[in-house]
Amino acid sequence: MSEPQMRTPMRRVRGLGAAHSGTAHFWHQRVTSVAGIPLSLALVVIIIGLLGRSHAAVVQILGSPLVAIIMLLFIINSAYHMWIGMQEIILDYVHEEKSKLLSLMANTFFVFVVGFVSAYAILKLSFGV
Amino acid sequence: MAELDAGSAAGPRRPRPLSPHLQIYKPMLTMMMSIVHRITGAALYFGMMLIAWWLIAAASGPNAYAYVEWFMSSLIGRLILFGYTWALLHHMFGGIRHLIWDTGHGLEPVEREMLTLATLVGSVSLTLILWVAGYLAMGGPR
Repeated sequence: MSEPQMRTPMRRVRGLGAAHSGTAHFWHQRVTSVAGIPLSLALVVIIIGLLGRSHAAVVQILGSPLVAIIMLLFIINSAYHMWIGMQEIILDYVHEEKSKLLSLMANTFFVFVVGFVSAYAILKLSFGV
Repeated sequence: MAELDAGSAAGPRRPRPLSPHLQIYKPMLTMMMSIVHRITGAALYFGMMLIAWWLIAAASGPNAYAYVEWFMSSLIGRLILFGYTWALLHHMFGGIRHLIWDTGHGLEPVEREMLTLATLVGSVSLTLILWVAGYLAMGGPR
């Protein structure tokens, strides 16, 4: 830290840490992990249930409200959970400042692209032509 | 750092002690499962591309979906899917274990070993049960 050491340890601890955001992510990771339990179980059942079905059947099932909502919740919840998780891995292993910032940026891009592609597909199957 | 380097003033500079890393420790179940938790998390991270590919192909039309279906029906595709579902369930059970530990419970030596073993047994058996049930519901492999 380049700032002059006029601050108390308490002030430096508040809202800092490697990610500069304190313990907020710790708690969000717990919230998304609890939500992920039923959603993951549902996803595994949906995946296995759709194996080997025709395209028409898959479109109908994935576009039906209950399955589509579960899929959307799984995608949104997982996107946030995996964004925090990968950030934690990067902060653990990548210490050089430039690589760290680039990795964190790549993490955000990856999560947004994968999340939006999946969410768009579900919405198109639900509403689209 | 001045106090740490004080010893080197007397003689030639000694290499500083390094903290022991993974290969120094005897492998233990809790340690291995901690590593596996991180590995399955990272695998699931990239595995989400498979989900995205599968969904966007279904939304694109029969031709795009036929390619996904061909890949997922192949032996390697089925193995990847099986591995993905196991990784997801193992990460889920590992996460439940961590949630229990977060409450301050299950940290005694015997309890934590049992919990850790339970995540492994639980993930493998639930994955097998769901796949067998899935195949039975589908009327055999297709």
